Amino acid sequence: MSGGNAVELSGVTKIFGEVTALDNISLEIGDGEFFSLLGPSGCGKTTSLRLIAGFEMPTAGEVLIGGRAMGHIPPYQRPVNTVFQNYALFPHMTVHENVAFGLEMQHISRQDIRQQVGEALEMVRLPGMEKRRPKQLSGGQQQRVALARALVNRPKVLLLDEPLGALDLKLRKAMQLELKMLQDKVGITFIYVTHDQEEALTMSDRIAVMDHGLVLQVGTPHEIYERPATRFVADFIGETNLIPGEIVAINREVAEVELARGIRLKAPMVPGATVGRSVTLAVRPERISLAAAPGPEGMNLIEASVFEVVYNGATTSILLRLESGIVLTVRQPNIAFAVEPSDLREQRVRLVWPIEASSLFMEKTPVEQGKA
Amino acid sequence: MRSEANESRGRAPLSLRLATLGVILFLHVPMAIIFLYAFTTDDATFSFPPPGLTFDWFGVAVHRPDVWQALLLSLRVALIATLAALVLGTLAATAVYRSKFFGREAISFLLLLPLALPGIVSGIALRSAIGMADFPFGFWTIVIGHATFCIVVVYNNVLARYRRTGRSQVEASMDLGADPLQTFRYVILPAIGTALLAGGMLAFALSFDEIVVTTFTAGHEETLPIWMFSQLTKPRQRPVTNVVAVFVIVLTAIPIFLANRLTQGGSE
Repeated sequence: MSGGNAVELSGVTKIFGEVTALDNISLEIGDGEFFSLLGPSGCGKTTSLRLIAGFEMPTAGEVLIGGRAMGHIPPYQRPVNTVFQNYALFPHMTVHENVAFGLEMQHISRQDIRQQVGEALEMVRLPGMEKRRPKQLSGGQQQRVALARALVNRPKVLLLDEPLGALDLKLRKAMQLELKMLQDKVGITFIYVTHDQEEALTMSDRIAVMDHGLVLQVGTPHEIYERPATRFVADFIGETNLIPGEIVAINREVAEVELARGIRLKAPMVPGATVGRSVTLAVRPERISLAAAPGPEGMNLIEASVFEVVYNGATTSILLRLESGIVLTVRQPNIAFAVEPSDLREQRVRLVWPIEASSLFMEKTPVEQGKA
Repeated sequence: MRSEANESRGRAPLSLRLATLGVILFLHVPMAIIFLYAFTTDDATFSFPPPGLTFDWFGVAVHRPDVWQALLLSLRVALIATLAALVLGTLAATAVYRSKFFGREAISFLLLLPLALPGIVSGIALRSAIGMADFPFGFWTIVIGHATFCIVVVYNNVLARYRRTGRSQVEASMDLGADPLQTFRYVILPAIGTALLAGGMLAFALSFDEIVVTTFTAGHEETLPIWMFSQLTKPRQRPVTNVVAVFVIVLTAIPIFLANRLTQGGSE
C-alpha cells in the first residue's frame, strides 16, 4: 500500500425516484487495498460500485478516483474496469475477442494485443481457450474470462460485483483464494461487492458494512467481527447471541448488565452508556464455554438449560434457554469435550466467557427511534 | 424419468393428428390449385381437371409490361418501407427500452396499434389525413401506409432482443472504454443484427402483399396485389395471374422461412 487513496466517496447521496439508495456516505479506499462492500440486498453496495464505474451519477456528493473528481466523466473515460455479476461477456465474440475488446478501444497494436491477451488468460489460468465462444465455457471459466477482460486493461481500480455469486460452493471457495492471490500479484485496488459475510472476511483487507444506504462500520475483518459497531453489524457478520438487559452499575471500564433480578453479566464500557440504559449484550457462540466450575475473575458466568444439540461436523452447536426465556447458541469445536454433547440434553449447565468477548449496544430511546 | 417424459411427448392422440392434417390440407390445397392452374392450357375458365399442361403462360407473363410495372412498384415500395421501418423501429425500440420517460407505455401502445387495427380503418384514416394535407396520392403515400405496420414488426423484434440481451453488455462495453458509437457498432448491432434481419424480412413480406391499406393510399398506382385483384374481372389470359401468384408465394415464403430460422437461432 502506497498510502494514497485509490477511490474516495465524499458525502455521496443517490436517490432513485422516491428511494434513497445511498444516504450521504463517505469512504476512503487505499491504493492496492482489497476493499469489500458488504450488506444485504438493497443496502446500496451495488449502487456505490456503479457510481464509481460511472453508470450512475451521484445526486449529491463527489466520487474521486486517484484524487481526481469524476464529476460527469462517462464510464469509458474512467480508469476503472468492472467484473459484472452475470459476467456480461459478448456472446458474438470469441474469448480472445472479448479479452481484447478494451485494448482495441485504446488502439493498441495487434501484436501487443495478442501478447497481452495471452498473458491475461495465463494469469486467470485459462490459456488455449482463445477461440472458444462464451457459450462453450462453464460458469467458472466464463468468470475467469470476465476477470481477464477487465484486468488486461490494467485499471487503477477493479470493481467486482458479486462475481462469485453464480458459482457452486466448492468452486466459490477456491476462487476466493485465487482472487486474493491474484490481487496480491497485480497490486491493483479491488473493490468487491458481496452479501456473503464469510467471503468478505476471507478476502478483504478492509470491509465496509452497509445497510439501508448507510455505512455502518469500516474496518479490518478482525475489527468488524470482534468489535462490531452496531447491533446490525454484530448480527449480520457471523452468528451472535443477543441478550437484552439494563445497565445497573459502571465500574470504570466495565459495565454491569442485569438481565433479570440478580442475574448480571459484564461487558466492556462503550461511550454513551449510563446506568439505567436499556442495552443489548452480544457474544459470539464460539466464545462461550461450558464450565464444570465457576470461572476465574474476569469471566461472565450464567446458568442455562440445554434443549437441543446439533452436530455440524467440525463443530457442535448447543442451543440453550436462559431463565428469562432468551435462547443462546454455543458452538464448540469437536475436539475437547468434557462430556459427550448428546448427554447434555435437558441438562442445566454453566456458561462462561471472558468479559472482553461481550459487546454492548445501546437500545434506542423512544426519542431516538422517532428520529430514525 | 427422462424417457418417460419423452414417451408422453412422443405421440399425439390420433384425433389430434387427423385434425392437424385437416388444417394443413385446408390451408395448402388451394395453394396447390394455384400452382396447378399456372400450367393449364385453358385461357379463360378453370375447369377440373385442366385440359392440358403447358409452360406457355410463364413466357406470356414475362412479356406483359403491366406485370413488370406492378412487380417493380411493389418491390420498390417494400424496400423503402422496410428501410424506413428498420431505422425508425430500431430508434423507437431503443428509446422505449433504454429510458423511462413520461408517456412511455402510451407510446409503446401507439406504436403497436397499426398492426392491431383493421387495415380498413388504417386505410380510411390515412386517406383522409393525406387528403387533408393535400399531398398527392402515389408512390410515397403507399410507402407511408406500409411503413406504419412495418415499423411495428421491426420495433417488436428489436425490443424483444433488447429485453433478452439485457443492459449489462452495453455497460460492459462502455466500461471497457468504448464510446456510445463504438458500443453501438461492436456490441449492440451484432446483438440485434439477426432481429433486424428477421424484422426486415417480415416487414418486406408484409408490405409486398398488402392490399387493404394500399387501396386507400395508392391513387392511380397499381401494386402487385392490386393488379392481381383487378385481373380477376378480366376473362383473358387468366393463368398469367397464377404464374405471378406462384412467383409471389416463392418470393415471400423464402424470407419468412429464413426469418423464422434466424430468430430461433438468436435465442440460444
